[in-house]
Amino acid sequence: MNIHQPRGDVSGRTLAIIEELKGLEGPLLPIFHEIQHEFGYVPQDCLPVIARELNLSRAEVYGVFSFYHDFREHPAGRHVLKLCRAEACQSMGGDQLAERAKHLLGIDFHETTPDGAVTLEPVYCLGLCSCAPSAMFDGEVHARVDAGDLDALVAEARR
Amino acid sequence: MSLIHEIDYGTPASRSETMVTLTIDGREVTVPEGTSIMRAAMDAGIEVPKLCASDMMDAFGSCRLCLVEIKGRGGMPASCTTPVAPGLEVSTQTPRLKDVRRGVMELYISDHPLDCLTCAANGDCELQDMAGAVGLRDVRYGYEGDNHVKARNNGDINAKWLPKDESNPYFTYDPAKCIVCSRCVRACEEVQGTFALTIGGRGFDSRVSAGMAEDFMSSECVSCGACVQACPTATLTEKSVIEIGQPEHSVVTTCAYCGVGCSFKAEMRGEELVRMVPWKDGQANRGHSCVKGRFAYGYSTHKDRILNPMIREKISDPWREVTWEEAYAHVAAEFRRIQYQYGRDSVGGITSSRCTNEETYLVQKLVRAGFRNNNVDTCARVCHSPTGYGLGQAFGTSAGTQNFDSVEFTDVAVIIGANPTDGHPVFASRLKKRLREGAKLIVIDPRRTDIVRSPHIEASYHLPLQPGTNVAILTSLAHVIVTEGLANEAFIRERCDWSEYEDWASFVAEPYHSPEATEAYTGVPADLVRGAARLFATGGNGAIYYGLGVTEHSQGSTTVMAIANLAMVTGNIGRPGVGVNPLRGQNNVQGSCDMGSFPHELPGYRHVSDDATRETFEKLWGVEISNEPGLRIPNMLDAAVDGTFKGIYIQGEDILQSDPDTKHVANGLAAMECVVVHDLFLNETANYAHVFLPGSTFLEKDGTFTNAERRINRVRKVMTPKNGYADWEVTQKLAQAMGMNWNYRHPSEIMDEIAATTPSFALVSYDYLEKMGSVQWPCNEKHPEGSPIMHVDGFVRGKGKFIRTEYVATDERTGPRFPLLLTTGRILSQYNVGAQTRRTDNVVWHAEDRLEIHPHDAEQRGIRDGDWIRLASRAGETTLRSLITDRVAPGVVYTTFHHPTTQANVITTDFSDWATNCPEYKVTAVQVMPSNGPSDWQQDYDEQARQSRRIAGKLEAAE
Repeated sequence: MNIHQPRGDVSGRTLAIIEELKGLEGPLLPIFHEIQHEFGYVPQDCLPVIARELNLSRAEVYGVFSFYHDFREHPAGRHVLKLCRAEACQSMGGDQLAERAKHLLGIDFHETTPDGAVTLEPVYCLGLCSCAPSAMFDGEVHARVDAGDLDALVAEARR
Repeated sequence: MSLIHEIDYGTPASRSETMVTLTIDGREVTVPEGTSIMRAAMDAGIEVPKLCASDMMDAFGSCRLCLVEIKGRGGMPASCTTPVAPGLEVSTQTPRLKDVRRGVMELYISDHPLDCLTCAANGDCELQDMAGAVGLRDVRYGYEGDNHVKARNNGDINAKWLPKDESNPYFTYDPAKCIVCSRCVRACEEVQGTFALTIGGRGFDSRVSAGMAEDFMSSECVSCGACVQACPTATLTEKSVIEIGQPEHSVVTTCAYCGVGCSFKAEMRGEELVRMVPWKDGQANRGHSCVKGRFAYGYSTHKDRILNPMIREKISDPWREVTWEEAYAHVAAEFRRIQYQYGRDSVGGITSSRCTNEETYLVQKLVRAGFRNNNVDTCARVCHSPTGYGLGQAFGTSAGTQNFDSVEFTDVAVIIGANPTDGHPVFASRLKKRLREGAKLIVIDPRRTDIVRSPHIEASYHLPLQPGTNVAILTSLAHVIVTEGLANEAFIRERCDWSEYEDWASFVAEPYHSPEATEAYTGVPADLVRGAARLFATGGNGAIYYGLGVTEHSQGSTTVMAIANLAMVTGNIGRPGVGVNPLRGQNNVQGSCDMGSFPHELPGYRHVSDDATRETFEKLWGVEISNEPGLRIPNMLDAAVDGTFKGIYIQGEDILQSDPDTKHVANGLAAMECVVVHDLFLNETANYAHVFLPGSTFLEKDGTFTNAERRINRVRKVMTPKNGYADWEVTQKLAQAMGMNWNYRHPSEIMDEIAATTPSFALVSYDYLEKMGSVQWPCNEKHPEGSPIMHVDGFVRGKGKFIRTEYVATDERTGPRFPLLLTTGRILSQYNVGAQTRRTDNVVWHAEDRLEIHPHDAEQRGIRDGDWIRLASRAGETTLRSLITDRVAPGVVYTTFHHPTTQANVITTDFSDWATNCPEYKVTAVQVMPSNGPSDWQQDYDEQARQSRRIAGKLEAAE
């Protein structure tokens, strides 16, 4: 999912995606999802195109895009590690886990390792409070994560 | 005098007629169903604290300050989003509410700078007011931690802090002061309809964002000022307020730009204008404005303004400053000499659609009673004279039939040859609001204007016709309506002359009027014409709005008649939501026509040959009035070239730039012996003047303007004229110098004379306008409160008149040498010849005229975007830079005419409307080719203009 498409393809593919989905009621979010699926992120060049095709203003499209943290402005690393930072996980050692992850990867939240392997992100509740602390690695949830589990995840990502 | 504070009811008024009674804080209140509790409370004089609510916009419910308690209901609902219900018992102030409100305010203030004393909004800040209202004394959360206020937190860069955006020339955006109430975003969406603003991000990261987190200038913002007006803090603030400080008094007056006639509060500090704020009680604009009226008033204090009268013997001489007395005496002597030498008809005058009714009335009076001829004309000659003629023929009055409020009841709007988002922006915002509510739109225009498609609005039909084929298209629409049995027979039988209708119906039903037949030369696919006709005839209330794209053609008057036919055949006359609505270009072009500015008409559109009318004026003025119509502007110029017309008094019009065939105008003016220009600036016409009389701005005089809906609005003096005298005083002094016994002490006395002589103004007086706010003529015994909508119980002329409208192609045709059609128009930020707007910061949006050309035509000629190109017609040629766009169809090019260096009217020909001589600006056959720079004519002209602006003893006046 982290394939970098050549620039020229972006507007063509975006138009095709918009064409396919614009008949839906409330097509904006499905279009964003599809674009992110296609490119791994939402290239900002797509926003004016979406605005024009849906007859919205650029501001409106940007407002919706920026509201959802999961829509990316830039490509992510090959893997995405999300650590839950919500209350239950914090009370179960989430803070230490976060510090450890940052230390192991040498990056802060919202950053990607220089080799492009991992992007680290905070998330506010994965709905697994009963088995906190929790994490999500490439879309797969992990519960009761301890230091060992985290090291294993990071090692896998680095491979 | 004090500052006018308008009551903000928090939410818009409800239109319901069912009344509901409830109790608020023990007081019984009765309001229409659907009213919010907040508004009902304000009605009873109880102000519920609020930050995100404003009666210009729908309730939003985000600030959580307007909470109330309702007996028997749990919780604390927001009063802005909770509608009234019978028998509710509402409390707006309880100990619990006070605690909650104070808590909310603490949160707001914990992320807001505490620089009230040095803040530009000090004294005009709702956040400050609310902090006071809820009794905020302390902020328990402190000011440390995450914030948007400080550039640095303990030495570290604060990523949440954003610098001020000063990109817009008129206002600043300071994110540090923003409380994210969304009022600006909603004003941009709901009031202006541009949707340029949004809230970016979420939670604590939420920020007001212009476009895609751009600066305001790069975003879609059109600088209407609605967001600035809506902002409760100093986040969005006029730069003038930052510079000057808060105003201390305000005066309600009327904007002097377009024919919408917006009411503004001129907010003053002493004689200094701090800002113009649209007035909510203004019945044309309902509290909205555009970039011109709101911000572009800087020309009134521009250094180019000429403040002393000037004289010169020859136009090649430098100007010589003289006293007013000298100037008056000189003009009086010259005009007397010319009349003695060349005859009574050798002089004339031009009234201004930019001046007040009273001033216009005086100029035509000076011509009729002083010069003793009817050689008076006005700039309406070059814009809406066909409207006067066409509607006069069909309906019996020469004006639009509706008020602007009418658009709120329209189901299908037709826009023909008008670009309201640029030319009449406040009306466009009102129309767009109605379109977003579901009304349909048909646009007939060669160019894809913004109203055809822009965020949240889209025309059901855009008929991109070839310039010059209006009549063919409109007759085709009528053909479809008649042949498909969509005519409103009941209306026609009751209101119109049936036999004339039958004659007309058989005419339009001829097969050669069918859309299939006209498609060949209009270029509009037949199915679009059929679809549009069916929609207009069957879609409910149909209203037609049109502009100069209709009138400025060789068949301008015919097109107006065709529009009247369409309205009558579908029964769309005489009630709210329908009608024929000319969008008048200038603030007082309606008024200048009403005041008898045409050579054949005395005030109130009464022909000079009518003995009774003449007698009225003759008795009052004590002179005999000629019963022969005088010369129109083009005739004056022709006569000047022929040597029979030698002197002219031109008030507030730049005919050299605005009238067609510039070279002919220049030759005409050059042939005269005394050209008197009365204006703010040394305009282009003044290059050919012998006498220059300094004019005054709308801020410097009392008077009235009449807008496109026939509304007579007061103009009020807010500062002393910089040149010393209001324009009406100058005209009066001139008349006195010519031996006339005029002694008006105030414009109200002139209005009294108008009312006494003109039946449609019979009840109008300054006292009455003070009482009513404004009135729409006719305002007389029969219509004491004025006439928002005309022809309610029947047409003014009796029966509505259907007139055959045969399409005759203009003589201006394309051919091998001139294969493209040029049409012209305006842009939002500039106004007409630009004499005013070019002298404001509006130039940042439009610094030069560009030629819009379709990519296909551009490629054929090897023209790239931004290239210098030569634009040539049979009349002349000029150069300007290209703008490649598919807004125009292949074969059509378009330009604006705001800049004198472009000289777009060097290109236009002297073809004109068959009935009224209104020039055919909208169709000129041209050729376009690459060029290296300005043409010889442009260079010669620039040099001549520079020479002619020299003032003896002064440095050259810069244009």
